[in-house]
Amino acid sequence: MGDQRIRGWINAWLLLLPAMALLALFTHWPAFATIIDSFFSTPRARRPSVFVGPDNYQQMLADPIFWQALTNNFWFAIGTIPASIALALLMAVWVNDRFPGRTFVRMAFFTPTVLPMIAVANIWLFFYTPELGLLEQIRSALGGRAHNWLGSRDTALAAVTIVAVWKEAGFFMIFYLAALQAIPPNLAEAASLEGASRWYFFRRVQLPLLMPTTLFVLVNAVINAFRMVDHIFVLTRGGPDNATTLLLFHIYTVGFGFWDTGYAAALTVVLLLALAALALIQYGVLERRIHYR
Amino acid sequence: MRRRQFIKGSALAAGSFLAMPAILRAQTAVEFSFFFPVAVGGPITKLIDKFAQDFEAENAGIKVKPIYAGTYQETIVKALTAHKAGTPPATSVLLSTDMFTMIDEGAVVAIDEFVKTDDDKKWLASFFPAFMLNSQTGGKTWGIPFQRSTVVLYWNKELFKEAGLDPEKAPSNWNEQIEFAQKLTKRDASGNVTQWGLQVPSSGFPYWLFQGFSTQAGAILANQEGNKTNYDAPEVIEALQYWVDLSQKHKVHPTGVVEWGTTPRAFFDRKCAMMWTTTGNLTNVRNNAKFPFGVAMLPAGKRRGSPTGGGNFYISSKVPREQQEAAFKFARWITSSERAAQWCVDTGYVAVRPDSFDTPVLKSYTDGFPQALVARDQLPHAVAELSTYDNQRVTKALNDGLQAALTGTKQPAQALKDAQAEADRLLKPYQRG
Repeated sequence: MGDQRIRGWINAWLLLLPAMALLALFTHWPAFATIIDSFFSTPRARRPSVFVGPDNYQQMLADPIFWQALTNNFWFAIGTIPASIALALLMAVWVNDRFPGRTFVRMAFFTPTVLPMIAVANIWLFFYTPELGLLEQIRSALGGRAHNWLGSRDTALAAVTIVAVWKEAGFFMIFYLAALQAIPPNLAEAASLEGASRWYFFRRVQLPLLMPTTLFVLVNAVINAFRMVDHIFVLTRGGPDNATTLLLFHIYTVGFGFWDTGYAAALTVVLLLALAALALIQYGVLERRIHYR
Repeated sequence: MRRRQFIKGSALAAGSFLAMPAILRAQTAVEFSFFFPVAVGGPITKLIDKFAQDFEAENAGIKVKPIYAGTYQETIVKALTAHKAGTPPATSVLLSTDMFTMIDEGAVVAIDEFVKTDDDKKWLASFFPAFMLNSQTGGKTWGIPFQRSTVVLYWNKELFKEAGLDPEKAPSNWNEQIEFAQKLTKRDASGNVTQWGLQVPSSGFPYWLFQGFSTQAGAILANQEGNKTNYDAPEVIEALQYWVDLSQKHKVHPTGVVEWGTTPRAFFDRKCAMMWTTTGNLTNVRNNAKFPFGVAMLPAGKRRGSPTGGGNFYISSKVPREQQEAAFKFARWITSSERAAQWCVDTGYVAVRPDSFDTPVLKSYTDGFPQALVARDQLPHAVAELSTYDNQRVTKALNDGLQAALTGTKQPAQALKDAQAEADRLLKPYQRG
């Protein structure tokens, strides 16, 4: 009996081992090493790395681009998270109904997710181009003043935010669609027998049952708000004058443009902490309010 | 058919088995790898592979492994990461402006170490002096010019004619540039511009295009030692004021930041009549412009002027001596007069040595396409591309200032003063001895 238990135990650990080894090697160790590196200066050929304590963090406080990146990232998150989730839900509810051409619409909504970000960013670049872009052509047909969307400080961040929402919404739609289809049809039948309106049914039945999916989607949306920077490289390279510099983009610039690895490590630690805090809030607070069947 | 291939394959296998002693002998041969970026259109990878094969055929005992490493930025990231891991390629083609970064990281050796014979010295002296400015510092040569470019002005001859200008004559100075651009700017009934007179890109790396203006105003942005910048010199402020005025005062140039990548497109679609961009776009414009176009030197302010740009060969400090020697031999071979000429014809880069322009292959090319000669003729007026220690950071300070002024957030003088203060702070450690 005991023998068998130990064997089961060993079995379980052996099965977990490959995944754990990979996680430790590629996730936990780098994160841990980053924390250590953030307290050391950047090694250069003639000046080896030395322990500098909180110097890198003090440099961060004095770095205006870091603050700008943080502010930009805040607005980028505010812009992308609710919009992409709401849009995903709307699209999912729509394509969950039966209507001719449903498959085609589903595919159309999902397409942005499949396309590589660098490629679509190059297409969006031409949408936004003054004079000859799609946006400007619509504008000139309707009248109104010409605008340089990516080239002026007031609209550049909004422009890159829209690309992110467009890219993400289709992906989240798939999760909502799967969850909607898992809702038993007898609930809809019961509701229609009771004479519930469509809006009432959505608000009181579908939405609560979708909450676990919403949490999952929310976690992903928050992570993506800090992770999606590919399109920045193509659309603006952080410009004009850092108006679209997001935190991860700043980290890349500092790490692989300036080769200031010590400071980049400190910035990464801040990003890690921010994400960890957000994850804790999401799982700790929201999860308790969610109804799981 | 299949069977014959099989037999042929077996024969080859057997043959190579029999040739074992030869292979064993060949193992004493030097093999080195070589990172290169692709920054322009065209079959660059194929061309490089062909060069490597030809080189191997002429130099028994040396094997070259060319490795495509992405964009310039990706290539330096890979080269420096490999350097830090202790296994760098023997040679890489990186931006000429990466020189100080590579020196600072201790990742490169001076080319002078390999220049021994008189023949070698003659070869090193054969490049355009303008291209050597970004390849030398502290009395040493660190890079070998390879794929180099410069900024030129392209103009649409049809639109010139429409505007009543001489289609064969580009603006030769700053005043003419404004005057021509005013005639070339068209507006619709509601006042929106349908065609700009001039477009100078300012996204990503505005400092490079700006160096055209600043050089023409008589300024040099950084010293040859790479530890001091002059961002707030009066001439530099004057240059930025001129650029800002083009859009804000004269209204002949788009407002805000102008995207680098879409500017050629705007030119093809007749949305701008003149544009400043790299000579590297020459082949692109030649293939896509549906109208006769001209290429000219940038207009003169106090003087003519343009920065150079593009990539150099660097030799890694962390590989065995015989690999370094072999890499040097390869770089020397590929920058010979004929091969530099061939590279120019195939890619649109400027041939790096004057004598390349006397070779038959380049002569017949430029006879049919004289626009390709403008870059060469402008080189005597060219200056080094902005490059300092902590290069990307010091350059970014200027980029941010330029974009702030172009988007109207800061006055040119203020923007440049801020940029200079930041550059001073960054370069302080490099200014002592």
